[in-house]
Amino acid sequence: MAGLMAGFGHYTHAVVRGIPASLAKEALRSSQTEVDLAKAVKEQEAYVEVLRTRLGLEVVELPADESLPDCVFVEDAAVVCGDTALITRPGAESRRGETEAMKGALKDLNLNIVEMTDENATLDGGDVLFTGREFFVGLSKRTNQRGAEILADAFKDYAVSTVPVLEGLHLKSFCSMGGPGLIVIGSSEPAQKALKIMQQMSDHRYDKLTVPDDLAANCIYMNLPSKGHVLLHCTAEEFPESAKESLNACSSQFASPCRVFIS
Amino acid sequence: MTTEAGSETEVKEKAEESAAEPDQSEKATEDSQEVANAEVEEKERAKVKEKEGKEGKGISRYLPTWLKKQKSQSQTSPTKEDPPTEEPVSEVTQEEEGPTPEVNGHAEEVEEKEEVKSEQVKEKEAETHSNASADTEPAKEEKVEESAEKSPEETKETTEGEGAEEETKEKEGAVEAEGEAGEGQTSIFQSPLRLVRKNKMKLVVCHVTLLDGTDFTCEVEKRAKGQYLFFKVCEHLNLLEKDYFGLTYKDNHDQKCWLDPTKEIKRQIRSNNWQFAFNVKFYPPDPSLLTEDITRYLLCLQLREDVASGRLPCSFVTHALLGSYTLQAEIGDYEPDQPRPLDFISQLTFAPNQNKEMEEKILELYKSHRGMTPAQADTQFLENAKKLSMYGVDLHHAKDSEGVDIMLGVCANGLLVYKDRLRINRFAWPKILKISYKRNNFYIKIRPGETEQFESTVGFKLENHRAAKRLWKVCVENHSFFRLNAPEPPTKARFLTLGSKFRYSGRTQAQTRMASSLIDRPAPSFERTSSKRISRSLDGAPMISITEAGRESAENGREPHLELHSDSKVTVVDVSPGDAEAMPSQHSPGSSELGPPQSSLRVHGDNIYVRHSNLMLEDHDKTQEEVLKHQASISQLKRSFMEAPPPSPPQPNQWEKRLTSSPATIRLQQQQVVSVPQTEAATADNAISDTKEPAKPPVVKTEMVTISDTFAAQKTEIATKEVPIVHTETKTITYEAAQLDGNGDGEPGVLMTAQTITSESLCTTTTTHITKTLKGGLSETRIEKRIVITGDCDIDHDQALAQAIKEAKEQHPDMSVTRVVVHKETELAEED
Repeated sequence: MAGLMAGFGHYTHAVVRGIPASLAKEALRSSQTEVDLAKAVKEQEAYVEVLRTRLGLEVVELPADESLPDCVFVEDAAVVCGDTALITRPGAESRRGETEAMKGALKDLNLNIVEMTDENATLDGGDVLFTGREFFVGLSKRTNQRGAEILADAFKDYAVSTVPVLEGLHLKSFCSMGGPGLIVIGSSEPAQKALKIMQQMSDHRYDKLTVPDDLAANCIYMNLPSKGHVLLHCTAEEFPESAKESLNACSSQFASPCRVFIS
Repeated sequence: MTTEAGSETEVKEKAEESAAEPDQSEKATEDSQEVANAEVEEKERAKVKEKEGKEGKGISRYLPTWLKKQKSQSQTSPTKEDPPTEEPVSEVTQEEEGPTPEVNGHAEEVEEKEEVKSEQVKEKEAETHSNASADTEPAKEEKVEESAEKSPEETKETTEGEGAEEETKEKEGAVEAEGEAGEGQTSIFQSPLRLVRKNKMKLVVCHVTLLDGTDFTCEVEKRAKGQYLFFKVCEHLNLLEKDYFGLTYKDNHDQKCWLDPTKEIKRQIRSNNWQFAFNVKFYPPDPSLLTEDITRYLLCLQLREDVASGRLPCSFVTHALLGSYTLQAEIGDYEPDQPRPLDFISQLTFAPNQNKEMEEKILELYKSHRGMTPAQADTQFLENAKKLSMYGVDLHHAKDSEGVDIMLGVCANGLLVYKDRLRINRFAWPKILKISYKRNNFYIKIRPGETEQFESTVGFKLENHRAAKRLWKVCVENHSFFRLNAPEPPTKARFLTLGSKFRYSGRTQAQTRMASSLIDRPAPSFERTSSKRISRSLDGAPMISITEAGRESAENGREPHLELHSDSKVTVVDVSPGDAEAMPSQHSPGSSELGPPQSSLRVHGDNIYVRHSNLMLEDHDKTQEEVLKHQASISQLKRSFMEAPPPSPPQPNQWEKRLTSSPATIRLQQQQVVSVPQTEAATADNAISDTKEPAKPPVVKTEMVTISDTFAAQKTEIATKEVPIVHTETKTITYEAAQLDGNGDGEPGVLMTAQTITSESLCTTTTTHITKTLKGGLSETRIEKRIVITGDCDIDHDQALAQAIKEAKEQHPDMSVTRVVVHKETELAEED
């Protein structure tokens, strides 16, 4: 237990959820582009493959639920830090049901479950950025102050600062952690503004990695017992420029560079 | 000692007197020496006394005097601890003497003897004091001077009431003592209170709750300063790294307050409850840097308390972990055969919501610590505790500008703003230019961001004035401790202390680290006590994460100093930097407001603490423009001064018709004001002087008062308060020092800023004038600040002056105050 509050700890498990057919038509959308369901399924398979095979994580796959078109976005249903899992209360009503399955899965992993029961609270996991030292919670269309307060109560050891998310869906729509002390941030104005706020609010200093595309700033950093630092980021085909940045950052940041693409 | 002690009190009295008798003040003004102040005062005092004498020396008359005279400077430092032992003696003597109804007779006799004595005493004192912590206690010096100069008459007067009790006197002779005793008797019998007062050496029993929950009792002289008691406690604890700690007491409103080491305890507690608590005041951001285990142990005790009481929130796991280290430190290795360990654990308090589950977890973790020494366990405890987000954060309830409840957290890095448990804003020290409070409002002026042009001021509402002041003080102390390398250069320090009278008087973290690195003693053995304690409440101490000064400055490119000010008075401060290094900004004269001159904007607020930091680098850019702006506004100001009488009551332009009467209280020295020149002659100029040489003021004849320390200020203020009239006061403080700096250019000087703040009955104007001159390779920067405060009787002038000086010092630590000029103008209705 000496490792309490030891930054990111070690990553051992990953929870994913199947893609329901309803995703294409019924899921909440912020843009009107068509969803290529088949491609989505394929991408997810590749993703799970990487997690399981290449990274050696124990992957918990939850079945898709057709009545929950957005259920594939598991990030929003829970926030796990240390041995505590906060089951969120998603901002979109249609997504509230997603937490059930997630709660069950996390319980099975022996995490201490904290539920957000306050009906005035909303919180999407996508608005929660954990830096290893503290939390930033985006106050967005999906997350409100009350939700952030409950998160602060659930993780009392850490400072929880709020960051207004004026554009985009979630805080993590344009940023994420690229490693200990490294924030990957998009270059759009809202993203840069949010970064400024985060820097001002923090007692810690973060390096930043600015990528050309906001969407490409959404990465997954993991500290794996067997592989060390791993950054899971977008493919070069998707965002060539951003991918390059990530690569460079990766290699300079970590002694043993490891990068994984979702192909 | 006796005599000097009386000064404060006397001032007040005088003030009253002066109010009543304006003519006195005139006489006072006639003096024109540097020492004038003191002399004047003395005279006045003498007058007052004479008056008193005429009116009768009834016992009752002495009462107030005694009360106040109590504050002598004995026991300023721990080294002077001996006196207490002597005290009892004098007491006894007095008590033995029978009550004597006839006070007068005795008094007279005593007086005669006393004269001689007191003079000697004074001299001695003067010496002592000058050596003593001059910087922390500027006031003392003044007192000393005064006392030394007192005329025999005064002495008599003073001594009448006080009688004897000084150690010195005792040494001088039994005879005297007797006489005094006789005198004392009267008062004793008159009222018990008096008895106490009369014996200056009276001891009081203090109860100090230590971090382990035990009570430490010790006796201190009633007039002892906070640090005396604090040192006693540290001595008892065998603690050397004491700068992180402090004593708290509860004020009348049951609020925890830090005992100011530089002030008399008695005057702070304001009640007869000599009950204190020993607490961590500045939480070291990195406890592993502490030198001694005993210090870490004490810090652990404080944190256990903080955690158990919920003041330092932490998660279940953290509670368990911290608890397990506590067990390891307190009881050593887990013994498998120990019967029912859980029962034992449940008797201890580890968390606010401790339950069985947590206790089991604690036990489980505790078992894993086998082999860890107590010191190692403490270290582990601290390593985990220091990471908690609220570690070292001192929270204060407040409301934002929209009336929303928030919490302001003061810590090592700056000021944090919380709404419920969420951090909604953060102002790192480097971002804060100034901190002030006014009534129940607390303000911080924020340095403009990269893209912003102007500074902004953020205001918060505290529950009341006291709360605002308390918050302000905590900010001042935390900023000083964590952000500065040294509180202030000693030289300046000895000059004056602040008007609000408050500033951080201890060592900074940097200094204490340095000091503790020199600790050379075998690790003291100390006994760990059971960790079973109930949470007591303390107010959280300030500070948290560390910010090394160096790192921060690097971070922001700014220097750490802030200025403090209080405004309610007019004060002009001249600062000239002595060394170039400290003031990088000097390179670009005129550049930003920050330049050496710094943020000269003054504010309003009862007290202002401004960090003037270094900003130079960053500020440069905006400089030119800003300067121009400021200049513009200044000339505007001047114009307005000249043109018409300003709004509120008294205004600067009354200078022209000013009278020089100054309330008796102030010792004035008639001098010429130095001011200047620049463009418009009128009022404004007086304030500004460009070069070191004080030019004579073109205008009016004003009275100038040179105040060498705060004390004087205090007196003044008192006087003013009592006076029902409206007056205007102007004070000029000059800091000067030669500075080496290649860049000097004989620039005439630029007015950096001018600000007029008007509120209700007060009007404050601050003008800062910066001049750089180059003389034979020596560049000198001189900053003169002029603060004009106008208002009616409610202004606390002395305080304002003191504050201004303090501020100036803080603002320009590398410069010294070379001159303080005070003009005090009072418009008397009667006079013309």
